Amino acid sequence: MASSSRLLALTFAGAVVVATAGCAPQDEKPTPTVTAATSCAKDSLPTRTPGTLTVATDQPAYEPWFAKDKPDSGEGFESAVAYAVAEKLGYARADVTWTRVKFDTAIAPGPKAFDFDINQFSITEERKQAVDFSAPYYLVRQTVIALKSSKIAGRKSLAELRDARLGAQVGTTSYQAITDVIKPSAKPQVYNSNDDAKKALQNGQLDGLLVDLPTAFYITGAEITDAVIVGQVPQVGTPEAFGLLLDKNSPLTACVSGAVGQLATAGTLKELEQKWLAQVAGAAELR
Amino acid sequence: MTLLDHVPSEAQLRRSAYRRRQTVYSVLVAACSTAALGTLLVIAVTGAPGWDRVRLSFLDPGIARDALPAVLSGLWLNVRLLVCCAVGALLLGLVIAVLRTLRGPVFFPVRALAAGYTYTFRGLPLIIVLYLLTLGVPGLRLQGMPPVLVLGGVALVLTYGGYLAEVFRAGIESVHSSQLAAARSLGLTYRQTMRHVVLPQAVRRVAPPLLNDVVALQKDVGLVSLAGPIDAVRAAQIATAQTFNYTPYVVAGVLFVLLAIPLIAVTDWVTLRAARRQSGG
Repeated sequence: MASSSRLLALTFAGAVVVATAGCAPQDEKPTPTVTAATSCAKDSLPTRTPGTLTVATDQPAYEPWFAKDKPDSGEGFESAVAYAVAEKLGYARADVTWTRVKFDTAIAPGPKAFDFDINQFSITEERKQAVDFSAPYYLVRQTVIALKSSKIAGRKSLAELRDARLGAQVGTTSYQAITDVIKPSAKPQVYNSNDDAKKALQNGQLDGLLVDLPTAFYITGAEITDAVIVGQVPQVGTPEAFGLLLDKNSPLTACVSGAVGQLATAGTLKELEQKWLAQVAGAAELR
Repeated sequence: MTLLDHVPSEAQLRRSAYRRRQTVYSVLVAACSTAALGTLLVIAVTGAPGWDRVRLSFLDPGIARDALPAVLSGLWLNVRLLVCCAVGALLLGLVIAVLRTLRGPVFFPVRALAAGYTYTFRGLPLIIVLYLLTLGVPGLRLQGMPPVLVLGGVALVLTYGGYLAEVFRAGIESVHSSQLAAARSLGLTYRQTMRHVVLPQAVRRVAPPLLNDVVALQKDVGLVSLAGPIDAVRAAQIATAQTFNYTPYVVAGVLFVLLAIPLIAVTDWVTLRAARRQSGG
């Protein structure tokens, strides 16, 4: 008995040595840096069709990013952004043509049928391996949604949300928005997934649920139709960023990115966001 | 002849000297093997190429200090739930076990229901019971719906009641039927027989496995966090998400072990006492 347990201990120790040696991590490779310098005049831009800017989005294109699935109307946040970028690059409205490309096709490597695609693409390191992104044209905001019957539906300020039972998915910026910005008196409820949180909202176990704005539009528009957006919370944490998507190493990336940057510094993007997301789509700003 | 006058025999002295030597030898061997294994483990772990990185992401004292208050306040929820659910599950288990061991054809439906309960809730994963009770039942929107913690507690009591009922039943059935016959022949009613003869022996015999299940329950109460409340593990998860450092989990783990030690010690002590009594000590 004694010898067998000693043997067991030794075997275990040996196993630990082997396991720890086998699990040694490998160093990551540094990511290559991208540099580009080209003239951004309309005539020298190597677009797919010279003189025309081909912009893509998904079919169907949803509100409030595009109004009534008509990207060429210039209505809806992303349609407006696309035309603003085109204008910055020197393209008149008539010089912009729209094409439809599936979301998954667009982020996959391979030749692209567009100059740039605008379709709520989050900028991530993984995607950057396959495609190019412009500078961000939108930083995702956290949003409070509630059932129409909830006591907080229709409230206008952060202070009015202090007495609410709020919930969010664990480990998200949404949770941070509750604890760092709204700071309610009741402890926030935390869920493994947005699905669990939505159920609790439907059950009335929560007064309000924090999700990012795109998710809020989807939930209130398609999933829980008796829910409404109470409002957007001021920016918190490291927000997700949406960028225009271009082909990998596209000669246009620097120019398109520069145009987006100029629109951001000029405050145009902020105005468009105010107009199309806060006012038209009804996601008011909570202060 | 008093004790003082007692002079141990030559053989006795040799025997005790031998025993002392054996004890010292055993202690030395134990110390050596422990030291050898300990050194081996320390070298294996700290000598691993990734040790520095692991230490930074799992054993960061600064992050541990920052996470401790949140994890402790989460642990308080675990403790309160554990006490309520353990009492509830023990009572429910006992009742179900008694119902399942009722004799006589008239009690068949009761026995069948009790058996059905233990089959169902021992088979049903706890997470699913929790989901049904904490996110499903409130959807009925009945008046006076209890808070989510109570519903979660009910789910835990239902699940663990099933396990404990079977442990109790094993205890009840371990009492020899001749004892029942003797009790009945002394004029005790069925109820008196259960109360004074069967249950005291049954509970004593199964006390170790019962406490074992309570220790298991201690780790499972935290699962109510899936319905929103923040328990110790959830608090650690939140802290981990903020810092991308796993130290808060280690903090929670250490706290859980500290919480379990008294319970486990009691379990061991009860087991030991039962064993001594059984062997006629």
